Amino acid sequence: MSQVIIDETETSEPPQTTHGADPKGRAITRTLVVVGFALIAALFFLLIFSAPAEDPARIALGPVSLNTFFMWLGDLHPLIQIPIILIAFGAVVAAILVLIEYAPRPGRGYFILRLVACLAVPVLAFMMLRPYSNAVLYVVGIALLSGALLFFADYRSRQGAGYLFQLILFLAPAAIMLLIGLIYPAIATFFKSFFDKTGTDFVGLENYIWVFTNPVGTWSVINTLIWALVAPTLSVAFGLAYAVFIDRARGEKVLKVLVFMPVAISFVGAGIIWKFMYDYRQGEQLGLLNAIVTLFGGDPVSWLAVKPLVNTVMLLIVFIWTQTGFAMVILSASIKAVPVEQMEAAELDGTNAWQRFWNVTVPGIRSSLIVVLTTIAIMSLKVYDIVAVMTGGRDDTTVLGFEMVNQQQRFQSYGHSSALAVVLFLFVLPLIIYNARSLSKQREIR
Amino acid sequence: MTTTEAVVRDTRTKRQVARDTRRTEAIAHKKLTSKGATIAAVIIAFFWTIPTFGLFVTSFRPGADTQSTGWWTVFVDPKFTLDNYFEALTAGGTSTTLSVAFVNSLAITIPATFLPIALASLAAYAFAWIDFKGRNLLFVFVFALQIVPLQMSLVPLLSLFSNGLTIGDVPVFPGFTLGDMEYSFARVWIAHAIFALPLATFMLHNFIAEIPGDVIEAARVDGAGHGQVFFRIILPLAMPAIASFGIFQFLWVWNDLLVATIFASPGALPITQALNSLSGTWGNRWFLQSAGTFISIIVPLIVFFALQRFFVRGLLAGATKG
Repeated sequence: MSQVIIDETETSEPPQTTHGADPKGRAITRTLVVVGFALIAALFFLLIFSAPAEDPARIALGPVSLNTFFMWLGDLHPLIQIPIILIAFGAVVAAILVLIEYAPRPGRGYFILRLVACLAVPVLAFMMLRPYSNAVLYVVGIALLSGALLFFADYRSRQGAGYLFQLILFLAPAAIMLLIGLIYPAIATFFKSFFDKTGTDFVGLENYIWVFTNPVGTWSVINTLIWALVAPTLSVAFGLAYAVFIDRARGEKVLKVLVFMPVAISFVGAGIIWKFMYDYRQGEQLGLLNAIVTLFGGDPVSWLAVKPLVNTVMLLIVFIWTQTGFAMVILSASIKAVPVEQMEAAELDGTNAWQRFWNVTVPGIRSSLIVVLTTIAIMSLKVYDIVAVMTGGRDDTTVLGFEMVNQQQRFQSYGHSSALAVVLFLFVLPLIIYNARSLSKQREIR
Repeated sequence: MTTTEAVVRDTRTKRQVARDTRRTEAIAHKKLTSKGATIAAVIIAFFWTIPTFGLFVTSFRPGADTQSTGWWTVFVDPKFTLDNYFEALTAGGTSTTLSVAFVNSLAITIPATFLPIALASLAAYAFAWIDFKGRNLLFVFVFALQIVPLQMSLVPLLSLFSNGLTIGDVPVFPGFTLGDMEYSFARVWIAHAIFALPLATFMLHNFIAEIPGDVIEAARVDGAGHGQVFFRIILPLAMPAIASFGIFQFLWVWNDLLVATIFASPGALPITQALNSLSGTWGNRWFLQSAGTFISIIVPLIVFFALQRFFVRGLLAGATKG
C-alpha cells in the first residue's frame, strides 16, 4: 500500500466519549445498529402485509415533486432543457459537497446540522417520489429510521463523528442509481424468466426450453456464440497486424486515423454504409460488392438474405470493421511501450521479422491483448444495433441481444425476453469473473 | 574509446549531438520498418475507407443518377448537388424529421454525459481516498456491474418508470406520467446515467487514485474538508481523465440506439432512432439514406477529429500496463 489514507480524527476535537475505542462501547453501538436494522425490516414487512387500498391518493409536498419537474421540463424546447437540467443537477451536487465539507466539523452547531441532514434528506427524497397515501406512513417511517440509524452509527464511529456521514454522501448517489437501475432489474429479470408472457403464472423452465428448442431461440444462441468467438479474434488479429505494419512507418498518423474513424460512427450509420455495399438489385448493380461480382461475370447475390450463416458473416464484417480501429489504437500504444533495445537485440541475434514479432512483441503486449479481447467479446455478446438496422433479425441472423428486445417489443412476451437475457448473462459471466479476478489481484498488489 | 576522444566528443555542440542522435535513429528506423509492411498498411487503410467514402460520394450525387449508376462512375461523370441533404432533413416518414431528431440528440447527449461523470467522480474519490471496510470488494463489485448486459435491465427499469413501485400487493410509489409530454428526455437521461456509472467510476478511480497523497494531506492539514479537497484539488487535477471519459460517453450516447428505442417517447427520438425508422421508409433510395447517415454521423466525426487525442487517452486509461 503506497497510499496515504486520510481519515484520522480531527486533532482539534477532544474525544467526547471513549465508545470508539473501548470494546464495551463498541458492543453497545453494534447492538443498537442491529436493532435499528431490525426495526426497518419490520416496518418493511408491515408495509408488505398491510391491506392494499383501492386507488389510493398520492401525497406530495405541495406542487413540488420529481414528476411535476419533469413534466414542466417536457413542455420546453429541447435546447432550453439542457441548461436547466444541468443547473438543477449541479445544485444537488453542490448541496452534497457543502454537507460533506461542513457537517463533519466538531462543535454543537455542526452536530445539529448533521442530525437535521440525516433525518431530512431521506424524507425529502422519498416525498419527491409522491408516495401513495396508504404507504406514506411506512415510507416516512423507514426514511426517518434509516436517517437516525446513520446518524447514530456515524456519531459512535471509531474514526470520529462525521466520517461515516461523508462516506455515505460520497457513495450514496451512485449506489442508489446502480441499485435501482442495474442490480434490482437484473434480479427481477431473473425471476421473470420463470413466469409466462404476462409475468403472472409460474411456468418453471418452459421459457428456457423455448430458447433451446424454438428455431428463433436456437439461432439466437448459435449466432451469439459465433459472434463472441469470431468478432474479437478477427478484430484483434487485424488490429494487431495493422498496428505492427504502421509502427514507425511514414504517414503513421494518417493511416491510424483512417482505420480508427469507424469507431466514432454509430452502428446505425455503419449498418447503412454497409447495406449500401451489399446492395442487390436487378440490372445495373449499385452495391460495390455485387458490382465486383458481376464484373467477373458472376450473378449478383442478395447478401443479407443468404441462409445459413453467410448473412451472419456479412453482419460480422460490419462489426469487425468498427472494432478493428479500437483494437489497433490500444495495441499500437502498447507496442510503442515495448523497449526498442529488445527489438534491436533480437535483430542482432539474427532473427527475422516474424520471429521478432512472436517472441518479442507479443509477450510484451500480452496484458493489453487480453484487455482488448475481453472488451470486444463483451461488446459482441451484447450486440443489438447492427442486427436491428441491417436485417431486423430475419433469415436466421438474430442474436440474443436483439431477440430479447424483439420478443418484448413485438410480441409483448416478457417471459421469453427475460429467459434470453438470462442466457446472455450466463455467456457474459465467465468474462465478468475473469475480469473481476484480475482486478482484485491488481488491487491487492497496490 | 580513449580519453582524448571523449574530450573531443564533449566539445560537440548540442545541435550536433541532436543531429547525430537523429541520424542513428533514422538508421535504426530504416532497419526496423520494411517497405512491404507499409504497402500492406496502405492497402488495408484503403479498404477500410472505401465503404464510408462510397456513401459520402452518393450523398452529393443527384437522386436520379444514384438510382441508375454506381457511385464509382463519378470519376468519369462528375455531377454534384446538395438537394439530398435538404430533402433528408425535412422528410418525415415518422413522427419526427431528422432535423428535430438532431436537436433531440443534443438534448439527450449533453446531460447524459454530465450526470454520470459527476456521480462517478464522487464515488471514485471515496474509493480512492477514504478507507473503509470492504472497500476493495465493493469496488470490484461496481466494476463487475458494467458487464451486466444492458438488455437485462431494460424491461424492469421501464416498468419502474411507468408503473412505479409495488411491493407485494401494496402500491408504494407511482411512476412518472411523462408519456404525453412533447419532449420528455428524463427517462433517457436517467437510464444512460445509470448504465454509464460502473465504467465511469472505474476509469475515473484509476486516475484519481494516482494523484499524489501529499497534495491532499497538505490541504487537509490546512483545514480543508473532503468537500473542498474534492472540489478544489481532485476535480482540477482529474480534468484530463474527466475530459477523455466525457468524449467517450458523448460518442457512446450519441450513437446509442437500444436505450433510446426503449425509453424515448415518440416526440423525443434521437437521430439514430429516427434514421433507423426513416431508413425503412426510404428503402432503396440511397441518395436519401446516404445524406441522412452523414447528417447523423457529422457530430461524432467532428468530435472525433477535433478531440481525437483525448479520446485515445481515454481509451488507454488503465488499458496499457506492462
